[in-house]
Amino acid sequence: MDNRTLIAKRVAQEFKDGDIVNLGIGIPTLAANHLPSGVNITLQSENGFVGLGPVEEVDPDLTNAGGQPAGILPGGATFDSATSFVIIRGGHVDATVLGALEVDQEGNLANWMVPGKIVPGMGGAMDLVVGAKRVIVAMEHAGKGGAKKILKKCALPLTAVNVVDLIVTNLCVFEVTSKGLVLTELAPGVTEAMVRENTEADYTVSANCKEMQIS
Amino acid sequence: MAKVISADQAMDHINDAAVVMIGGFLACGTPETLIDGMVQKGVKNLTVIANDSGFPDKGIGKLVVAQQVKKLVATHIGTNPETGKQMNAKTMEVVLVPQGTLAEQIRAGGAGLGGVLTPTGIGTVVAEGKQTVVVDGKEFLLEKAVKADVALIKAYKADEKGNLVFRKSARNFNPMMATAAETVIAEVETIVPVGQIDPDEVMLPGIFVDYLVKG
Repeated sequence: MDNRTLIAKRVAQEFKDGDIVNLGIGIPTLAANHLPSGVNITLQSENGFVGLGPVEEVDPDLTNAGGQPAGILPGGATFDSATSFVIIRGGHVDATVLGALEVDQEGNLANWMVPGKIVPGMGGAMDLVVGAKRVIVAMEHAGKGGAKKILKKCALPLTAVNVVDLIVTNLCVFEVTSKGLVLTELAPGVTEAMVRENTEADYTVSANCKEMQIS
Repeated sequence: MAKVISADQAMDHINDAAVVMIGGFLACGTPETLIDGMVQKGVKNLTVIANDSGFPDKGIGKLVVAQQVKKLVATHIGTNPETGKQMNAKTMEVVLVPQGTLAEQIRAGGAGLGGVLTPTGIGTVVAEGKQTVVVDGKEFLLEKAVKADVALIKAYKADEKGNLVFRKSARNFNPMMATAAETVIAEVETIVPVGQIDPDEVMLPGIFVDYLVKG
């Protein structure tokens, strides 16, 4: 199984039936394809609707938050941007899943710019991580050339302070607690030593640390 | 009653150095005919307030490519490389704002409020130079209301009084922008006689709309 699918499958286990969820572009979006049986979630699209679904026919008036053609499921609803962020910032989204450039042991997140290199803008990310009840970072454990991304302290400009609840990577799962990171799961075939080697942040290993259950 | 005018006539209301709000989200729900008119007229030194700068050949991006924008206030510029280029060359000033904050700033501008208190951006570069306010022990950022000289919006259907109906995700920032500008021009696909839109179906009351342009 490739890393992206593994991460997406593990993230999908975090959702409860009935959750309102906002998924970022990339690996997070894949999580919707791997929902456990009996779990139905409603996807929120920050450009203005709930009930995001597969594209039935291309309609120029219906896109996802990445500007790509989208579908809206029966029972969905459309609204303006102010209402969209009432939903997001107001705590009406149960979980948001995003990628990260860096995340640190205090739950700080950096995912919107690299000074002097890429400055795409924050879009809705700053509001999402501040407002969602649960913030899940889904990403490959190491960056290009093995660069560490789970740090003691983020160096890049922050998206928000102390907001991340869970980090899911191709190597492991970290819970972010008031006492720092706790390693709770290892991906199949991964040892704690491998996690240690690829992680700058301090963390403790949960007494119940187990293997990630991926089917 | 909103006045139906041509796209050419609409340009009489958009002058050099104007502050212009333009609706749309990655060119979905953007008034393309009015933007083409602005490119043709060659108005310059504009301050544009919008969700994003579209694509080089679509939406607000066309104004950026034609170098008509002096200052851009937006949440995301990643889909238009020309915006980044002009920002780095310092020929255009770009102010990046979290999406939910921009939506509320515009809403506040239209609602007669001085601004809004948001938790979004606390502890990030967005908070630099801004006042914070503690309410019941929680810290918020004071984000000022935003207004414009002209709002250019896009709707699906209008009646001759200017009552508007939007379609799907093309609604986005359009309704709020229509409340926050001196002059509001709505580009619409169809104009129907008064009485053909049920008052309960109206998404933006026509009292906010000054001019209608058939796109």
